[in-house]
Amino acid sequence: MNRHLLSMSDVTADDVTRILDTAESFREVGTRVIKKVPALRGRTVVNLFYENSTRTRISFELAAKRLSADVINFTTSGSSVSKGESLKDTALTLQAMGADAIVIRHSSSGAPLHLTRWVHGHVLNAGDGTHEHPTQALLDLYTMREKLGRLEGLRVAIVGDVLHSRVARSLSFGLVTMGADVTLVGPPTLIPPDAPAWGVDVSYDIDGVVPKLDVCYVLRVQTERQRLEYFPSVREYSRLFGLTGRRVAMLPEGSLIMHPGPMNRGVEIDSDVADLPQSVIEDQVTNGIAIRMALLYLLLGGSGSEVAA
Amino acid sequence: MDPADVRRALTRIAHEILERDRGGEGVVLVGIANRGDDLARRLATAIRQIEAVDVPVGVLDITFYRDDIGLTAEAPEVHETAIPFDVSGRTVVLVDDVLFTGRTIRAAMDALMDLGRPRRIQLAVLVDRGHRELPIRADFVGKNVPTSHADQVRVLVEELDGEDAVVVEGAR
Repeated sequence: MNRHLLSMSDVTADDVTRILDTAESFREVGTRVIKKVPALRGRTVVNLFYENSTRTRISFELAAKRLSADVINFTTSGSSVSKGESLKDTALTLQAMGADAIVIRHSSSGAPLHLTRWVHGHVLNAGDGTHEHPTQALLDLYTMREKLGRLEGLRVAIVGDVLHSRVARSLSFGLVTMGADVTLVGPPTLIPPDAPAWGVDVSYDIDGVVPKLDVCYVLRVQTERQRLEYFPSVREYSRLFGLTGRRVAMLPEGSLIMHPGPMNRGVEIDSDVADLPQSVIEDQVTNGIAIRMALLYLLLGGSGSEVAA
Repeated sequence: MDPADVRRALTRIAHEILERDRGGEGVVLVGIANRGDDLARRLATAIRQIEAVDVPVGVLDITFYRDDIGLTAEAPEVHETAIPFDVSGRTVVLVDDVLFTGRTIRAAMDALMDLGRPRRIQLAVLVDRGHRELPIRADFVGKNVPTSHADQVRVLVEELDGEDAVVVEGAR
């Protein structure tokens, strides 16, 4: 394991397996009456969120609390950031207060990497700009392995606005590391030009891809992140790339429908489709807590010294 | 100890549990991963052969309750916990391979308390090697083995290691 979790491109296949196996144990903790273990007693985890995110922040907060760590939530509104404090000064302040780990969400790609140069604690990337969102990718890998029993050889399509999606980047890297076959599907304007270099296939025709899938992973149309010129209209998008009942009928038996949330029902996914039994969107949320517990435990549970015990 | 010694010790412990706990009523066995769970399953089989009662068996991983998290270079490896019954009101017999400092048992008792409120907790170990660092003792002991503090005591079980044995290796 690295000292920080910044990108799925520096997580090895062995690390992924170790993280998923550890998360398995934390899933069991989540089924108990007392959903809390004393593993990280006395450690402090700071959630530093420069962008709004309810689910990721709550998931991290719950994960740290279930490990008995102390949690500080730092959001930009109502904090020193709204008074103009820089990321560096905020980081140094948190360091001076004894933060053992900083979970950061930032609108600028690379902000977590910068943070690692200023603080001694562990840094976990909870989404940076259009770069990466590694904990989302890991919880998705966990969910796929849990439901389908393996990752190697799985045929996965990631459909939608890949260009602006940090989820798509992290998940693609993770799936390729684990030996899955990934196809990115979307309008040409929303597929990054360097995508073939990730080790994935590209298609602009969802109907040709769907019948051969184990997992159809639908991305959110990020209206807040894109100026509308990438496709002519939302209606046209949902007709050409939305996951409709007709397309679900073409999916092979036993395949999964996934979405990182929050969903735009009726845009990238039909409302009925989101509620089908093969849609595992709620399991993704539950598994997210276990994955984040596993990551905090694996990063903070060692002394961090390079000497083997 | 050779395989026959291990078998005889477990059979005797099974008899002692039945004697102490009135025919095994309300008794559950909880093995501490790794190897304690294998021993717990064997005790359950022995108890069934003696008295024809089925005692439930669970596996407990104590990693999250260890007192040395953050002191080793890497986070300690996690195993599975699977206790498919309620421990509240039961007599829980913790089963482990070696009793040494007592720290594992302290962690196991804390872990059990988070799962419910057992009526009583007892401890069965295959080997007691001494050198306690906490005020903890075993109720059922397979064999007392005098050791020096630096010795390594390894219990091998057929399920994991291919054979049953207890090996004491002197400090090098």
